[in-house]
Amino acid sequence: MFYDPRISLGMLFTLIGTVLTAFGLATRSNADVYSKSMGIDANLCWGLVLLVFGILVLTLGRRGQMKQEKIKK
Amino acid sequence: MPNLAAPDSLILLIYGFFMLTAGFSLKPAMTNSQQFMQAGRAMPGWLCGVAMLGASLGSLEVLGMGAAGARYGLPSVAFFALGSIPAMLFAGLYLMPVFYGSNSLADSSAQKPGAVAARSIPEYLGLRFDRKTRALNALMFAAMSAFGAGIALYAMARVFVALHVFDQVAITLNLPPTGTLLLAMALPAALVLAYVLLGGLGAAMYNQALQFCLIIAGLLPMVLLGLKRIGGWSGLKATVPANSFHPGTHPMGAGVVVLAVGAGFVLGGATWCTDFRLLQAAMAAKNVEAARRGPMIAAALRVFVVIVLILPGLIAVGLPTPHTSIVIHNDNGVIYHEITVVPPAVEAGGGLVPAKADTDGKPVKGADGHAVLDYAMATPNMLLQFLPAGLLGLGLTALLACLMGGVAAGVTSFSTVFTCDIFQAFLAKNAADKRLLAVARWAAVGGMMLSFAAACAAMRFDSPLDAILLVFAVVNAPLFAALLLGAFWRRATGHGAFAGLIAGAAAALLHHGLSLPRGEQPGIQGGWITVLHHPSSDLALGLGTAMLAFLVSLLVAAAVSLFTNAAQAEELNGLVFSLTARPPSIWAWWKRPEAMAAAILLAAIAVSLIFI
Repeated sequence: MFYDPRISLGMLFTLIGTVLTAFGLATRSNADVYSKSMGIDANLCWGLVLLVFGILVLTLGRRGQMKQEKIKK
Repeated sequence: MPNLAAPDSLILLIYGFFMLTAGFSLKPAMTNSQQFMQAGRAMPGWLCGVAMLGASLGSLEVLGMGAAGARYGLPSVAFFALGSIPAMLFAGLYLMPVFYGSNSLADSSAQKPGAVAARSIPEYLGLRFDRKTRALNALMFAAMSAFGAGIALYAMARVFVALHVFDQVAITLNLPPTGTLLLAMALPAALVLAYVLLGGLGAAMYNQALQFCLIIAGLLPMVLLGLKRIGGWSGLKATVPANSFHPGTHPMGAGVVVLAVGAGFVLGGATWCTDFRLLQAAMAAKNVEAARRGPMIAAALRVFVVIVLILPGLIAVGLPTPHTSIVIHNDNGVIYHEITVVPPAVEAGGGLVPAKADTDGKPVKGADGHAVLDYAMATPNMLLQFLPAGLLGLGLTALLACLMGGVAAGVTSFSTVFTCDIFQAFLAKNAADKRLLAVARWAAVGGMMLSFAAACAAMRFDSPLDAILLVFAVVNAPLFAALLLGAFWRRATGHGAFAGLIAGAAAALLHHGLSLPRGEQPGIQGGWITVLHHPSSDLALGLGTAMLAFLVSLLVAAAVSLFTNAAQAEELNGLVFSLTARPPSIWAWWKRPEAMAAAILLAAIAVSLIFI
């Protein structure tokens, strides 16, 4: 049957958020990387936003999936 | 030139992996044709809404909204928001119960066993009118969706080549420039085909949801950084030329009244109320309430999407144009000359929007002596300008995602229409379901091949994008008239609808053939019969053609209907809005769909007023 689409959505953004946050932390002191974004470590900021969004959606999705399986039983 | 860093490529790969995962994990569920073509009619309302938006944000729309922002300024927000949102709300409130088939409601299916719910818009036309109307629309739609997907593929591949995304691959494979373009079209096409074959419409919808979120996640940081750079909201307002607010010298040139009526009603309505590429997502909903909520959720999110997609264009023209510059600086007695070379086509542009370049790289000049700007590059150039490595990967993924969402919608709708309305309706009426499933899969392959052929053909023409509005006026505008009459007027007949569709298409072609925008050459731009009048711009011509097609179709269909025999009321049960089973409203007034629609509409108007 169809699984809850929020699971894949949440997983995708958790992963992308992790990659961006990690890269942002690693390049934090590197001014060259962030000359385009006017010195803001955009990777870190936006990575954290996406990470939070991803985990939130993933939690909702897992809850929805469990509900769906309960109904089936 | 972006040199893709490791995290950029990693994000692209993660997205590619998730895209195929949706296909593989839904493959076991693909046991019959309904699962494949309609995602089992089991989708929740929010997914339908998000998938509709994902499907509507194909590459042409994403590039086009940025381009409109750069070209026409702030009023384009109102144009895109008010042009679509009322139509989406209308589709959700009044058309979805009819299209989805309220006969499939649990309570009424007991009264009328064996009632078929339409699987596609042509099938609805078949149920409501007759077989010839269904066949005509199915053929026109199949051709249009394959053509549209092809143009979308080409438009985005061109951008990816301009951004040198595929250069590394092309150099390792030793490809010529056309080879790179072909690769940039073939790779996304193959990925889309893979997940559609595996998981059908369900996989396409799951991916459209991913794509929609990616577009926001990828483009919003660019908008925020761009706004900061240009000095916030007041800085943005200051860079917009003052005369663009003056109605007389308004660059859209179509006149405010014509614009409001034409854009809001015909263009928006003909897109959101008739286009099966979008409506297929809502028709896969699990029940009629979810089907109604889908377009409304899409409308609510659309307000936000329009702002995120148009602002890049506005910011791009507002920024200073890059010029070739020499910076001399003295470092411990050694004098350095730092030369930044900017190509002439970029220098001739406005802000970050480059001029169109000819084969020598020189800017192309229009009839008035000014350089012709390549507005489609506004959003992609903004990505390169503001996003650092890492986020750049996310931004490019977003562009790739919107390309795939639009193409997947074209391919799945082509497959469904071919299978239901051409194969099952006319070629093999009693085909077993297993065979239908196989045909649907092969139709997806065929649709993709047709799209690819259209994309290759587009490579040879100068301006394939101009044909889109014409195709829209020929196919969608008359269909909108036929569907409106069919859904709301019991007296409308099959002969009437058929005549209306043909008359509308003919009127659109005739109008297009007789008028030519100022400063254009006769041909695909119009005027290919003889030039009788000059609309002020290509947009005015497109709007005029679509409106004329709609009106002619409406009048002819109504007139012919009055002279032909009407169908019996029992035959129209559930197919005309006044004869649909409506569930008793048990909700408080503020929970009803009508209240939700009114709130969304007010919000859209408020946002548009801020921007005008």
